[in-house]
Amino acid sequence: MSKIIALVDGSIYAESVCDHAAWIATRTGAGVDILHVLGHRRGAGEPNNLSGNIALGARSTLLKDLSDRDAETAKVLQKSGRAILDAAKVRLEGAGIRNVSARLRIGDILEEVAEYEAEADMIVIGKRGDAADFATLDLGSNLERIVRSSSKPVFVAARAFTPVKRVLIAFDGGPSSRKAVDYVAANPLFDGLAIRLLTAGPETPENSDRLARAKATLEAAGHDVQADIVQGPADLLIASAVETDNIDLLVMGAYGHSRIRRLIIGSTTAEMIRLCKIPVLLFH
Amino acid sequence: MMSFHAYRDQWVGNVRGDILAGLVVALALIPEAIAFSIIAGVDPKIGLYASFSIAVIVAITGGRPGMISAATAATAVLMVTLVKEHGLQYLLAATVLAGLMQIVAGFLRLGYVMRFVSRSVMTGFVNALAILIFMAQLPELIGVPWLTYVMVAAGLAIIYLFPYLTKAVPSPLICIIILTGVAIGFGFDVRTVGDMGELPSTLPMFLIPDIPLTLETLMIILPYSAAVAAVGLLESLMTASIVDEFTDTTSDKNRECIGQGLANTATGFIGGMAGCAMIGQSIINVKSGGRGRLSCFCAGVFLLFMIVVLGDWVKQIPMAALVAIMIMVSIGTFSWSSIRNLKDHPRSSSVVMLATVACVVLTHNLAIGVLVGVLLSGIFFAWKISQIFRVTSTLSDDGTHRTYLVEGQIFFASADAFSAAFDFREALEKVTIDISHSHIWDISSVAALDMIVLKFRRDGAEVDIIGLNEASETIVDKLAIHDKPGALERLLGH
Repeated sequence: MSKIIALVDGSIYAESVCDHAAWIATRTGAGVDILHVLGHRRGAGEPNNLSGNIALGARSTLLKDLSDRDAETAKVLQKSGRAILDAAKVRLEGAGIRNVSARLRIGDILEEVAEYEAEADMIVIGKRGDAADFATLDLGSNLERIVRSSSKPVFVAARAFTPVKRVLIAFDGGPSSRKAVDYVAANPLFDGLAIRLLTAGPETPENSDRLARAKATLEAAGHDVQADIVQGPADLLIASAVETDNIDLLVMGAYGHSRIRRLIIGSTTAEMIRLCKIPVLLFH
Repeated sequence: MMSFHAYRDQWVGNVRGDILAGLVVALALIPEAIAFSIIAGVDPKIGLYASFSIAVIVAITGGRPGMISAATAATAVLMVTLVKEHGLQYLLAATVLAGLMQIVAGFLRLGYVMRFVSRSVMTGFVNALAILIFMAQLPELIGVPWLTYVMVAAGLAIIYLFPYLTKAVPSPLICIIILTGVAIGFGFDVRTVGDMGELPSTLPMFLIPDIPLTLETLMIILPYSAAVAAVGLLESLMTASIVDEFTDTTSDKNRECIGQGLANTATGFIGGMAGCAMIGQSIINVKSGGRGRLSCFCAGVFLLFMIVVLGDWVKQIPMAALVAIMIMVSIGTFSWSSIRNLKDHPRSSSVVMLATVACVVLTHNLAIGVLVGVLLSGIFFAWKISQIFRVTSTLSDDGTHRTYLVEGQIFFASADAFSAAFDFREALEKVTIDISHSHIWDISSVAALDMIVLKFRRDGAEVDIIGLNEASETIVDKLAIHDKPGALERLLGH
């Protein structure tokens, strides 16, 4: 792996994103590109002047007023953005990662990620950002948008990092989960990790055949694999497997197998990211 | 194409600011819509319905959030004679046709044509617009009782001084309330809005303009529609650039054209007159904190609500209050810095600006002013570029070979200077013309080059042209005759 993009913001997830990125970078030798995006300025500010009149030179006065106000907030934002990036850089370098670069950009996070992801192999992002609340378990809106639009695997960091030993691959036989299996088999990130393959659904010949092939792929790459098919609702099965099996990382496709591709992330996937308190690696 | 996420954000990204600003704008729109109906010579309800419908539709379909569109002075002045000679129904039909033309313009991506409108033309446009708005108030100010002047002056004083007291209430509203109160209280005999025609008492209804669908009708409304469509787009796109500057964001100009077109088309069918974006109102909107689509939408809805509910009160507003507000809009629209800049800016820019203003004031048609301004800018630009042109030459040691080095742009404006730069009386065996630092743009320059080559040839020199860049080479290959057989005869034949 050559490079991963770590998306950080001012939330508590920034630290865990760094820790997860450090773990990935250490195992794969990748460099880390830390990215913080300052949103487009709204320029809205406080509607404090409702006088509704326009006097001599109204245009130039207003333009100056607005840009002065914007300049002030922009400076503050930029300062805090730099601080966030500096903290992240220190944390990563403290973890022994040498190839770390930081980028501060202005604009829409989606466009910025789209611009840089071509040269990266993975995107690391927190489950929630500044705006979302952990208490309600809502996922960050940026997370959904990035998973939807990015063509790279997206690593969704949990609130705190715990060393990963056991990996669960939620395997539904669909294209994105087959991609996940190939990736896990080929990538040094997963060397030496115990892997469990789980298919939720009826034990049809088709399902078992697919699962067996996935298992073979992983075993050929030298992994210790446990594979099984369990009948039942996917979200509950996966959640309980994560719980009982002490799984540290969940790997799954971003979209369901049998459903029509949705505009939003597959409902099972979103539910899993929400409920499981472990990181999730998503494949498109 | 804009994502749903971005579009939704343009609606709900700034709800509080947008609603408050929408309210302020609606209060300022009422007097304007009434005043512009009076300019066009129709009942106030035509302008009020138009302002409601245009504001609401452009909010949804437009390409520039934070901009306010409604019935405007710029379009109203174009329709005066149409209303006078043919009546209201033709105005409605012309509105529909203008809207359709704007939609077509949007699909043809004519928004890009705006790049030819220079800053000087834009300044001329806003100044001309301000003058038009002011001139439209003159009928209310000439030959009226002295009381009117007192009331207008008092109104202006309230508008400009009240904000020093508080900025939480729109001062034009205070102006209207106080002047109306005083006029009713003291029983002043002044003209009121009610004297000017019918106000809306119901929500607008769908109706098809009552005109004969003949070619003759089309020929009557077509020139008006074309002018309205052009002026409407010009003012809308210019206002969009101004709002772009204020908010440091970009807008979709072609989408704005289509949005304006849809709004006008629909407005014609509910009995409203054509409109476009408003510079003054958009400034007020941004100043009041409006940034999203919601503010324009709210302005339209509030406007209609207030007028339907408070119609009986609106009738009693003295015209003097409206005139005061319109004078404020005119003052706020005028670019005062442009007067100061007259002496510092290049004379050509000032000429363009003044010519734009003069043409509009004479014709009452902003489109003609802009056209003249754009043409003048083009001519001035061509003249300036033609000045950056130089031919130097060196003679070989034996005096038989001269190399001319041409630098600059060769086109119609510099072709004469190009021909004159060569000395044909010098007897030479070989002439090299190096045009690697130059570009051949048009047939004037190709003809000049032909002429030069043939003249040298006739005097016995061999001519070599070097350094043609690819584009120049294409045009020379296609059009020049000096490099083709029988060149001399063909040239003499002409």
